[in-house]
This record gives sequence, structure tokens and C-alpha cells, in this order.
Amino acid sequence: MPLGHVDCCSLVAARLLEFWDAVMPQVFPRAVNGIARVTIIGGILLAIGTLWTALLFTRSSYGTDAGVVRVQPVPFSHEHHVGVLAIDCRYCHTSVEHAAFAGFPETKTCMNCHSQMWVGSSMLEPVRASFRDKKSLHWNRVHNLPGFVYFDHSIHVHKGVGCSTCHGRIDEMPFTYQVPSLLMEWCLDCHRHPERHLRPREEVFNIAYQAPADQQSLGQRLVEQYDVDDPTTITSCTICHR
Amino acid sequence: MNPRKHLHAEHPHLARLAGRSGRDYWRSLEELGGDPSFQQMMMREFPAQATVWPDSLSRRQFLSVMGASLALAGLSGCSVRPAPSTEIVPYVSRPEELVPGRPLFFASAMPHHDEAIGVLVESHEGRPTKVEGNPDHPGSRGATDVYVQASILSLYDPDRAATVTHHAQARTWDDAATMLRSAIDAARGRDGAGLHLLTGAILSPVLAAQLEQLLAEFPRAVRHVWEPVHNDGAYRATQQAFGRPLEPAYGFTRADVVVSLDADFLISGPGHLRYAGDFIDRRRVSSAAETTATTMNRLYVVEPVISCTGAKADHRLPLRDADIARFVRELAARLSVEGAAAASNDHAAWIAAVADDLEAHRGRSLVLAGPRQPAAVHQLAIAINDRLGNLGETVRYIEPIQWRPADCTASLRELTEAIDRGEVETLLMLDTNPVYTAPADLKFAERLEKVPRRIAMSAYRDETAELCDWHLPQAHYLEAWSDARAYDGTASIVQPLIEPLHAGRTPHEVVAFLRTGQWTAARELVRDVWRDRWKAASADEFDRRWQTSLHDGVIADSQSEPQSVSLAANWNQNLADELAAIEAECKPAALELILQPDPTVYDGRWANNGWLQELPKPLTKLAWDNAAIMSPATAKRLGLEFGSYAHGGEHGGYHMPEVDLSLDGRTLRTAVWIMPGHADGTVALSLGYGRRHAGRVGGDEQVSLGANAYVLRTAERPWSASGLQVAATGQRRLIACTQQHHAMEDRAPVRVGTLDEYHNSPRFAAQPDEERDDDAARRSKDPLTLYEEYDYAPPKHKWGMSIDLSACIGCNACVVACQAENNIPVVGKEQVSRGREMHWIRVDRYVHGSAEEPDGFYFQPLPCMHCENAPCEYVCPVEATVHSAEGLNDMVYNRCVGTRFCSNNCPYKVRRFNFLAFADFDSPLRRLQYNPDVTVRSRGVMEKCTYCVQRIRHAEIDADVEGRKVRDGEVLTACQAACPTRAIVFGDMNDSASVIAGAKHSPLDYGLLTELNTQPRTTYLAVVRNPNPALEA
Repeated sequence: MPLGHVDCCSLVAARLLEFWDAVMPQVFPRAVNGIARVTIIGGILLAIGTLWTALLFTRSSYGTDAGVVRVQPVPFSHEHHVGVLAIDCRYCHTSVEHAAFAGFPETKTCMNCHSQMWVGSSMLEPVRASFRDKKSLHWNRVHNLPGFVYFDHSIHVHKGVGCSTCHGRIDEMPFTYQVPSLLMEWCLDCHRHPERHLRPREEVFNIAYQAPADQQSLGQRLVEQYDVDDPTTITSCTICHR
Repeated sequence: MNPRKHLHAEHPHLARLAGRSGRDYWRSLEELGGDPSFQQMMMREFPAQATVWPDSLSRRQFLSVMGASLALAGLSGCSVRPAPSTEIVPYVSRPEELVPGRPLFFASAMPHHDEAIGVLVESHEGRPTKVEGNPDHPGSRGATDVYVQASILSLYDPDRAATVTHHAQARTWDDAATMLRSAIDAARGRDGAGLHLLTGAILSPVLAAQLEQLLAEFPRAVRHVWEPVHNDGAYRATQQAFGRPLEPAYGFTRADVVVSLDADFLISGPGHLRYAGDFIDRRRVSSAAETTATTMNRLYVVEPVISCTGAKADHRLPLRDADIARFVRELAARLSVEGAAAASNDHAAWIAAVADDLEAHRGRSLVLAGPRQPAAVHQLAIAINDRLGNLGETVRYIEPIQWRPADCTASLRELTEAIDRGEVETLLMLDTNPVYTAPADLKFAERLEKVPRRIAMSAYRDETAELCDWHLPQAHYLEAWSDARAYDGTASIVQPLIEPLHAGRTPHEVVAFLRTGQWTAARELVRDVWRDRWKAASADEFDRRWQTSLHDGVIADSQSEPQSVSLAANWNQNLADELAAIEAECKPAALELILQPDPTVYDGRWANNGWLQELPKPLTKLAWDNAAIMSPATAKRLGLEFGSYAHGGEHGGYHMPEVDLSLDGRTLRTAVWIMPGHADGTVALSLGYGRRHAGRVGGDEQVSLGANAYVLRTAERPWSASGLQVAATGQRRLIACTQQHHAMEDRAPVRVGTLDEYHNSPRFAAQPDEERDDDAARRSKDPLTLYEEYDYAPPKHKWGMSIDLSACIGCNACVVACQAENNIPVVGKEQVSRGREMHWIRVDRYVHGSAEEPDGFYFQPLPCMHCENAPCEYVCPVEATVHSAEGLNDMVYNRCVGTRFCSNNCPYKVRRFNFLAFADFDSPLRRLQYNPDVTVRSRGVMEKCTYCVQRIRHAEIDADVEGRKVRDGEVLTACQAACPTRAIVFGDMNDSASVIAGAKHSPLDYGLLTELNTQPRTTYLAVVRNPNPALEA
């Protein structure tokens, strides 16, 4: 009776092992087994750790620029103008309710007041120079979205997303910085659960607004009331990317 | 022996074609004939992607290059830092009405050489990006043609002349002023003798008034006019028939029967956008309610060269140019037009049927002749219209819209004669390029060099500029003040959207300078003339009217009054002689050369526009080239075969035989292209190619595109000439053609019925498996997919598109509009010849019938179908193409890694891949045109039609902010907005009252390749034709 396939294989394997032992005696002592185990587990842990660090790194303020103050041509203080003087956001950011771009105050807006007050301040000289020479001021962008993201202020304001929801307590910032990460997961967090973040429209520009204890039920009601599209619609890719 | 059979015996290629003629629709001769090499090529299913790298790069090099770039890409992708911060540069003082981020639209008009088209120009913070039609303008009514769409690219053309030059050395306008002053001082002493002006057709009332004044002050100065695409025949005919040159204005809404004698009225000529809309409105049968009551107009076309109008004809007769005169003579005789003698004709049955049809529609019919036809044909057409009582009904005559219309050829000849006599001291050429476009026998370039002072003003340093002492840069119409007349005489103010990007000025300023010796702003010149015209009581009233005219884009009540005309008694005075001369010219055995303006670069003036160069010509589908186009039988007669495929069998590139065309001792070398539908015995060549000083796109001294047909053009016979000799050189030339791309086996992509068939069975286009129950019912009883169905219940939108194939005239306006809106790059001839053009919407052309006698041409625009079960979505490994909640098939560029699986799996082949870095990120001028609402894609990214999702989002957000629903018609896709015949309809299918819902419920609605269960969202309305029963038998 001929040998079965399996028998044949094991026979060959056994012969090979014998041959190997004969030409190549054991090199490593038994203690090395422990090192090998540690190395394998350590390797896996290192890989996980590296990945975890990388993910943490992208979410750090170094990776997102959150909390980083940018040098501006004029040391403009939101704390002073919003917090102390209580100027409405829309006085300067005029198109926030009507356009994708919130609007950036033209020099003339600054000069509405500063042709009357602090007229001699050296801090304000760039503003006066801009107005005098008809040369725009060059401000450094604080909230820098990638080019393929098409964010629209008007629709967010209209649906009850408050200024401070994304921009934080701007009235407490002597120098403006970005509060959230602006990572896509941050956007999607709200697009998936808008009810957690919405507030009544009349509170949108209230910078000190505090969410009530029953935000969940208020949010649900506002979602209904403001016709906020369902999460499948507002998480479609072309809502923001075109 | 049957001559055709004989033909086939010698010619295996045509023999294969002979048997095929049934109800097949085909797009190329090889496809129809089952050519083995075509079959082999088709086996390589996606030839566009077959060879990824140019052949010169070996596989080993390719891998090493790819390895390096992959490594670099990997590194740059690993950056954890956000994008470098940019600046915000606010206005010092914001202009009124401007909201940053929201475009403003300004009304203006684009002056073309034969009419002005009203436009609305989209401006982003002072940067014009897109041109749309002006709905209030009679010549546009919201529609545009390819030139209007492409004109925005010319604005940002870096090759435009940037400075005044003197013998190619840069000078300032002050230098030019000194020179002009000395020229004018010299002429002033002699009442202007020695001063000659050469212009194109002048449609601007302001320039006309200025020239009137100039010529009054310099009575002996002479103005000449030269337009390479002129209408001399028509003006001569109206002169003879009515005693003065007049311009026809056609009323297609009232015409039941239209006979076109070589008139491509849907695509070119004054009023073509309006005429296309009016004509197609009489062919719309899509409303389901009135199926049996529907009527349609009927179109007969007689022409030598297949045109878009010919493609829409219910009956088309390809005739040689000289035979058209005989045809119309016979037709006139049949209709007992006085003085028209009958001729023997081979097409007696055809003529009888047309004559009977015309006779049955007296006062509701129209016979029109094209600009390429001689005066005699125009005269006979006028006489037929008169005989049928159409004058004043379907055709009215108005004063010519151009200033002092003259016989262009005679006018240019006068100039050359004056040069020969040494009378021309100073020649000022405004916006014209005669060195390139003048008839070859006038030897204009040689004569020009005899003129002591030669000044040219034009947008480019063109062929004429090269031979002039001085060249003055002309401003683009989007950076200058002017005015212009539309086809019906309506005037519009042309207003600038931007300061001149280069140092351009307008002809207005130069002419004013000649009179006054100082520069006056063009705005003031325009206002002055209209202030005189309007005779406003006060400055306030003038300003009000000025503002209204600027805002509306038309000057109210400025259209020309119809003239009452009657046929002069001696209208046919020299007719018999002229006809005899034309017919004597035509010898049956002789080859006839037909010249025609090119469907994309026109007479050459658009040669440096990349969008137009890359646009496939409507019928031949050639890009970046012209060729000697002939019918299969003529090619056979000349022993010319269809060329071989380039690049190892890929689509798009053909090595076509090269020939020498000789006529009266002048020779031109060009490639051959074989096109069914051309009259046998003719060779057609389009003007506008072979340029030497167009720019980096259109041809310069190093590289020239195509062949210069003007070399064969004479003053006597500008449009056709008999006695052409064709000799093959034995060489071959690469021709880029998009014709063979994406061929579709036997799948009835275009469905056609006659009006009778429609009356009997309105749903003739639906195939049994496509009987439309509503989607839900169909799915529940027969679920053809394992995937869960999408929920589009309101308030969600369910966007959809419907394209009426009866209405599509193949004009390509949608293709260029899409290119402008969506930042689609130009790839160049080499890449097109590899099948890598990037157009998101293409217009497929199908032919029906045999190769020798095709009996139908059809156009089918093809954007992304946005399938419900989209094959592309299932195969993307990175979810870069996904279904949106509103039914759009989204393409996410930043996820795409370029596997191209989606394109492979797309049955419609509408996806486009950036094989190389086609988009221009660097040139500062080019970047200004980009639509800021659409991402500019880079290498390695797939892209395709998005249904203009940026426009959808804007409309949705605006509606939401205003607290209302999106209105029907609020979202216009770019292709839809441009379409002159409203063939494309887009909207929310959830809204049962919408136009799109109506179209989807039309009995003519059918989907493409629905047997694959893709459930396309873009569907088609089948073609309905209205053939004459007398000719069908």
C-alpha cells in the first residue's frame, strides 16, 4: 500500500529536522526565549504607541494651530471691543448673516470710531496710514481652512449656531486665537448631532451664552423649528467639499 | 454595373459598410464597418488608460520616477502642521453692493463680427470669472454660444499684446501719440488724402458716429472694410431686389416649413442664438397632455458640407456648391417664380416635394440662403419668399446693423489698388488681420510693405502686426467701454468689468485721437454719442437712462424698425447670366474646394483660445486641427484610406494620409479626414488654422496648428472653387479626434421616432423593460439590487436632469460653459490624441444609415448620469465617490488616490482622470479666471460632472436663509444656462410641479443603458422628427 500524502510529508519533515540538528547545533540558550517574547510584545506596543502619539500629535495645538496667537499689524483686542465696549459682532463682520464669508472690517469701519478717539495712538498708525494711502491692511488669518473646504457662515448663523460655539469666548481674548481644532471630526461632531449645539437664533450673537441644562430637548425643538436637515444630508461630502 | 457595387469590389473597407444600413446608429466608419483594427482596439476596453506614460519613458524609468514621487508624496502627506496661514486683505472702503464672497453680475455685450450678444458677467471682487447670457437681450435670451463662453479665457490670455510696439520694440502710448499726431498733421493739410483706414464690420453706433465725423473732417480719407467671413452675397442680393442693402430678420416662430440653402442658421450668423431657440420651440413635443395635437415645423437643408443645421434637418440633400444654384433655380421655376428658368435636375422628386410643401404653407414658410452662397442664390430665395407671401411674415428686412455695409472683397481690392497707385501714405488697421485673412491673390502682405506708415491695432501681435511699423494693443471687451448692435439692431452698452490688464485701449480712443490730438476716455466718448442720440432734456434724465441701459444690458427701444419692402421690377436683371456663370464653373468631374469658417476658431481670431482649440468640432469631432474633409466615396475616388490608429491603437489619435491640395498654382499641405454626409466631389477645409503669429496656443513661428486655408482663397471665389487637385504625399499626420471614444456597441443610445409614430405610440422610445412604474413600486416587486435603497422623501431634494435630444443642436456651448464654471483644464493635442481630454460633458454624434448615404445625424450630450446604483461607487477603495443624500454621485477629490477603478466601472465613460498636472496653478493671469467655488484639481485625481453642486448649495443656502423652498429654475447648471434651445432641464424631482418632473413623465423619456440597472438620474427625451411623407416612401 503506497504511503498517504500526509505520511509522506511528515516523514520528509522529520528527516529534515534530523539533518538540521546534525549540521547546526542549538545556538541560543533557553534564556533568550524571554527576550524574544519581550521584543515581540514590545514591538507591538511600540507600534501602537507610535500610532497613538501620531494621532495625539495631529490633534495637539501644534497640529491644529488651536490656541496659537498670531501677530497682527495692529494689536486688535476683541476683549476690549467685544467684552468691554460690547460692540455687536455684526458691526464689523457685516456679511456673517448673508454670505459664506463673515466679512472682515474694512479700514473705514475702524475709522468710524478711530477718527474720533485714540487719534494720536501710535498703535493705530497702521490703520490711519491705510486709510490715508488707500492701502489695505494685511491681517494674518486665524481660522485657516484647507482650500477644498467651503464653509458658509450665513447658514450656520441662521440655523442657530452661535458665534461662541466655534469661536469661543472671543470677548475674553486680548489677542485672537482659534479655539477648536477645525479637524473634520470636529465639524462632523456637530453635523451628526446638531441638537447638542444649537441655540435660539436671538442668542446667536450672545457671546456669553450658556447652554441650558435641558440642551438636548431644546436642541431637538430647534432642529424641528429651524428645519435643520437630517444628519445624512448634512454629512454628505459635497455639503462642504466641491 | 452598379457603380457603387464596383466601388465596393475594390474597396474592402467600404464593402463591409455596404451591407449595414438598417436602424443602426454609429459614430465612426470603422465601427459601422466592423473594421478588424477597430474591433481589436475596442477589446482594450479603456484605451484612454492603456498606456499611462508617454512611450519615450521606459517601464524601468517609469517605476523609478514613480517610486521617487511616491516617496515624496508620502512625506508631504505626513505633515501634521496645518496649511500655512494666509492673509486677509480687506478693502479700505468697500464698494457699494459688494459683499465679499458673493459674486456680482454686470450686464454687457460681447461684440462678435456680425452681431453683439448680450451677456451677464460674473465678477468675484472685481475679477470676472464667467460669462452668462442676458435673459433681457433679444439676441441671447439667457443663452450663449461657444465664443461668448470662451471669451473669458481670452481676457486672461498672457499672449495678448501688452505694450505699444514699434518694429517689435516696446514703446509707450506717448510715443504712439507722437506718431499719430505727425500722421494726422501730414494728412490734415491734404484734406486727409493719403489716410486710409481698414476695419472689420462696425457694429458700434459710437464708432460709426466717430468715423462719420472723422471722414467729414478729412473728406479725402478713405475707409475700407474687410471681414474674412462676410455676407457680400446677401447684401448684393438685397441691393438688387430692394434697391438697397438690407439685413434679414427671420421669424422662425411663424415658419412651418423651412428650406435652408447652405445656411447654418442654428450655429452662426446674426441672431443664431435667437433663431435656434425659436426654431426648436416649434419642434418641442414633450408635453404629455397634448400628444395628438402636437405639430412640428419641418426643415429641409441643401448643403455641400454637413453642418449642425443639416444634422437637425428632416430632409437633407448634400449637393455641391454649384449644384445648389441649379437646385434653387429649379425650385423657383416649380413655384412659378417669374423669370426663373427651369433647369434639368437630378433631384426632381425632392424638389417637387419641397415645392409642394412650400406651396401648402404660403405665408408660413421660409427659404433662406447662407452667407457662402452667391448673390444669385440669395436673389432667388428672396423671390421665392416673395412669391409665397413670406415677406413681412416669416422674414422681415431691417437696415443693416453694421455701419456702411460694403462689399468686403471690393473694398479690400480698392485698398490694394490704391497702394499700387502709391496713394496710401498712412494705413491704420483697426481690429483686423488682413495679412493672414486677405484672399491670396490680392497679395496683401507684399503690398502692405509698400505703405510708408503702417499702424495696426489689435489684441494680439498677429501676422498683420508683424508687418506694421506700429502696433497698438487693443483692450478686451471686458476691459473697455463701447457699444454694439444685436441682430435686430438693439444696441447695448459694452461696459468694462476690470481695468485693462495690459496697456490696451479701444479703437474709439484712437479714432478720437485722430480728430482731437488728445486722449479722451472711451467712457466719455460713448456717453457723448448717446447723449446726442437721446436728446435728453436734462443731465439727470440722461444719467437715469444711462444707468438703466447699463443695468438692463440693452438700450430700450433701440431695435431697428422693419422696412416695408417690395421686389424691384428688375430684380432678376443679371440673374440668368450669373447662374450660367456659376453652373459653367462646375464641371461634373472636377473636384470642388469648399471653404468654411471653423466651428471653433472661426476665421482664426479665436486661434489662441485653448478652450476652443480643444473643443471637438460638432460633426467631425476633430480637435486642435483642420483637415481636408471629404465623403467616403470621394476619398475612394482619390485613393485615400482612413488612417491608422496612433499610439499603438488608442482612441483619439489617427495617422491620416497627408495630401497636397492645389488650386490655380497654389498648394497647401494638409491631412485628410473622411466624413459621411459631405457632398461627393467636394473637399471642405475650414479657415482659421495654420497661423504663424497667433500665440503659444494657436500657433507661432515654431509650431503651427493645421493648414492655412486662406492660401487657397481668392477674391473672386471666396467660398468654393472648382478644379481642385489632390495628391497624396505618402506621409501621414497625427490628427486628434474624440470621435471613437466610448463607442457603445448595439445599445440604442439614441432613440428616434417620427411625428406620426409619436402620435400613434407616444412611448415608442421606452423599451419593454423600462415601462415606468414609479421607482418604489418597481423596486418592491422586483428588487434588482442587494443594496438598501436611498430615502429621498421631502423635505430632501431629489435632483435630476433631462436632456431633450430633439432640441440639441450640437453647438457645444454646454461643453465650454462647463469648462469655464468648473475649472476644467486644457490638455493639448498630444493628450487628446491619447483620449485624455477632460471635458465633463461631451456631445456624442451618431450617424444613421449607410456611410455613402447617411440619412440622419444626432447629437447626445453626455454628462455624469448620477446613477442610483452607481457602478463607480461600489468599486472605490477609499470612498472617494459616494452617494449624497440628495441623490448626487459625489466626487471627493481630497480622498481620491487615483486607482481609476471608478472610471473602469463606469458604463457611460464620463469620468476624467488627471493623468498629468493639467491644471495651471502657477500663471498669475490664468489663475484669475478660476471659479473660487470649485476646487482646482491636481495630478492623480479623478473628476467628473457634479451637477454644478456649488450652484445647488448656493441656492439651497440662500433659500434657507430667506426661509423658503428652493424655487423651480433657481438652480441652473452651467450647461443648462448656456443652452440656446433649452435642451437641458435640471431641478428637484420631488417637486411635482417642476419642469424636470414634467420632463421625467414625458412619454419620450428614456434612460441610457438602463438594462444595467444603474438607474441613471440624467435621462433623455427621444428625438422626434417630422419627415415629409412624400419623400419617405
